[in-house]
Amino acid sequence: MMEEVKEVTSPLSVHSHNIKVSEVLKDGDTLTFLIVSQKLSGTGEYHVDRTYDDFEWLQQHLFSQEDVPGIQGVIFPPLPAKAQVNASAKVMKQLGFLGLGEWQPYCKALETFLRQVAAHSILSKNNAVEIFLTSSDPPGRQRARKNIFNRLSQAVEEMRKEGHKDVDEFFQTERDHNLVLTGCTKTAAERFLDVVLTEQKIAVACGHFSAVLHLCVEPGEDPDKQAFTKACVKLSEVFDSMKKHMTSVAENNVSTLGLGLDLESRYQEAEKEMLFRRTCKLVELETARRNAEKAKPVKKAAMEEVKKAAETEFDHICQVAKKEITQFHSVRVEMLQQALVQWCEKQLVTAKENADQFNQHLQAFRGMA
Amino acid sequence: MADTARDPPPEHTDFQELEDAEDLFPEPVTTQESEPASLPAEDISTNSNGPKQDSLFDDDPEDLFAEATEEVSLDSPERDVLLSDGPSPAITPITPPTSVITPRIGLAHDDMFTHSSFDEIEEEEGGDSFDIHISVSDPEKVGDGMNAYMAYKVTTKTSMSLFKSTEFVVKRRFSDFLGLHSKLASKYLHIGYIVPPAPEKSIVGMTKVKVGKEDQSSNEFVEKRRSALERYLMRTVKHPILLKDPDVLQFLESSELPRAVSTQALSSAGLLRMVNKAADAVNKMTIKMNESDAWFEEKQQHFENLDVQLRKLHASVESLVCHRKELSVNTAQFAKSAAMLGNSEDHTALSRALSQLAEVEEKIDQLHQDQANADFYLFSELLGDYVRLITAVKGVFDHRMKTWQKWQDSQMLLQKKREAEAKLQFTNKPDKLQQAKDEIKELEGKVQQGERDFEQISKTIRKEVSRFEKERVKDFKTIIIKYLESLVQTQQQLIKYWEAFLPEAKAIS
Repeated sequence: MMEEVKEVTSPLSVHSHNIKVSEVLKDGDTLTFLIVSQKLSGTGEYHVDRTYDDFEWLQQHLFSQEDVPGIQGVIFPPLPAKAQVNASAKVMKQLGFLGLGEWQPYCKALETFLRQVAAHSILSKNNAVEIFLTSSDPPGRQRARKNIFNRLSQAVEEMRKEGHKDVDEFFQTERDHNLVLTGCTKTAAERFLDVVLTEQKIAVACGHFSAVLHLCVEPGEDPDKQAFTKACVKLSEVFDSMKKHMTSVAENNVSTLGLGLDLESRYQEAEKEMLFRRTCKLVELETARRNAEKAKPVKKAAMEEVKKAAETEFDHICQVAKKEITQFHSVRVEMLQQALVQWCEKQLVTAKENADQFNQHLQAFRGMA
Repeated sequence: MADTARDPPPEHTDFQELEDAEDLFPEPVTTQESEPASLPAEDISTNSNGPKQDSLFDDDPEDLFAEATEEVSLDSPERDVLLSDGPSPAITPITPPTSVITPRIGLAHDDMFTHSSFDEIEEEEGGDSFDIHISVSDPEKVGDGMNAYMAYKVTTKTSMSLFKSTEFVVKRRFSDFLGLHSKLASKYLHIGYIVPPAPEKSIVGMTKVKVGKEDQSSNEFVEKRRSALERYLMRTVKHPILLKDPDVLQFLESSELPRAVSTQALSSAGLLRMVNKAADAVNKMTIKMNESDAWFEEKQQHFENLDVQLRKLHASVESLVCHRKELSVNTAQFAKSAAMLGNSEDHTALSRALSQLAEVEEKIDQLHQDQANADFYLFSELLGDYVRLITAVKGVFDHRMKTWQKWQDSQMLLQKKREAEAKLQFTNKPDKLQQAKDEIKELEGKVQQGERDFEQISKTIRKEVSRFEKERVKDFKTIIIKYLESLVQTQQQLIKYWEAFLPEAKAIS
């Protein structure tokens, strides 16, 4: 069932801010995501189910909008890596936080992706978005056209361009800054993931200790034995609490700051890609200018044409890029703030609950003695 | 037999347990052999439980029993005299001459067993209630290179009249503790007392310290050892009998202590210990005891089970401690990366929030470390201590088996001698016959002694086990409460940190 994606742009018929990836279903090796979006006019919802391939289809369509001026200056909302059932260790490492918690964080990341796409002034106009969110049939699985965004296809020598000096201070600063931030954010995210994984290990260890304690039941009516048994059982409950506590702490970490750092990290990479595309265009432009200068009279006109086209394209890209960067700066600060506030609030609630519970245990123990 | 202190301190222990003990007994007798002391015989006999097997602190009990049978018979008044022997508590024990071995007679006396238990004696304890606190602190490296050692300050605070003063400090090294344990073990283990085991040696750990490595792991090692030594001393003095042992008192009070060289692992004494341990293990396997007392059978099974469970718990806690330490390391790393992120950040408020985040994480790291320490020092070490204690308990049960075996051996030998004597009756060898009769008389004494010893050790063990079980419950409960308190405290701290951070996070705009 293939729907032709008409190359017309039309406004999106659903709200962007409350798109939900409400469920994930496992069917053998495939994961299917249930997406719910609210109609703009009136009350009504669209419920669709999509697989990861469908997300990729969407992304490919967004990438291949060559006729949109300055499209290369867009910071494309990053799509998470593919999730797999029974993923290999390598894939799990790549997914990081998104691989934890029974795919709940992963769903959240997909949700963020869709919301960002749907809210984007340029991208939301692409019909593929409408089809993806509203069509009851799965969007076409055909291979998208080769597009300019397949970095893999970029020749190795293109990578040298990454360091090419910029003509615009604004962009040079942004490129330098982005380079530093990308590295720092990635490291912070990885280290935070290590923290979460260790917290999970502690939860398991507490559970284990609790189980062994429970086995320390000594039969008999001897008062000392009974007292010891009682103490062990109570302690077993304490460690069970500790297990639950650690699990909550780890979950809080993942669902707030973990997701936040993950998104920030991927978004910084997306900005990096955009800046690189622009730099490549800059190099292209400078080459075109040189060619036009050095061109022999017979070729001059043609070279001038090429130079003019490159200049126009580059200008468009810069315009879009500037807007995107400004937008990006404010969005990411807001996003990180939200992540930090939520993180702190959740951990505070958990800490208070735990303090209460441990206190109860303590009082119970004191009463026993 | 002169290699261990031969003083009969447990004797005077018993008498300490009596009301107005000091009044009853004369000044310390230096030769404790059969010097009668003036004491009202009646008082003694009412406390016929008094004489315990305690003074049978001899590596070679055979000789001891021999002396016993020779010198005193069961009902002689001399028994009472012997019972009175015992120095007053303040005596600093020196190695007394071998003849000082005070025979313990009257053990099988019926009176003793009509007293329901030793617990009664302890309840009669007048005098001090248990009030003593020992701390081991200020580890200090003394000397250089491979001859260097750690000296620890041992501070005792007490109101008990057992001691010369209420607060005193001495310096001790690790081998001193081992020496103390060695003396106590040789005196009390084989008669059924559960002597707390000394902390373990660690050649690797100490070498690091000697070599002068001032890093975290060697500091941790020293702290672990210091804590273990403190627990060891407290456990030892909690034992009502051991508390009054002159070696213990000397250890705590006297400023100079003769160096215990035989505790070195690789010394000849050390090697001898290892050989003996191996021999013991073999012997244990070959002793097949007819257990007539169900209590012992049940208890042995109980301790076997407990041993298994405690080891499991210990392993489980060690895993937990390991992960906690890992968490601390990871948290510190994350804090660093958050700080770097904050530094690279343009947006002022976000940058500040991220720096605050880094600080919070550093503080949380400290909490994790504290928690790991609590896990370790409270639980892991406690469980380790108890695993070792149970080994001592099992050892005491083994000694009982050995005592039984010895009694049985004497009986069998007696049987043989009687048969031989019967045969000799029909020969015309009066000398040999007389010799046989003498030997039989001797063996009869030995058999009786063997039976008494067996009854005695069984009785002691019952008491000890009861005390051990009570202590165990108390210990665990105390530790659990401490642990819970630390958990609550950690959470409160955590709440404070989060509450402080929240406004910073909200301030980003």
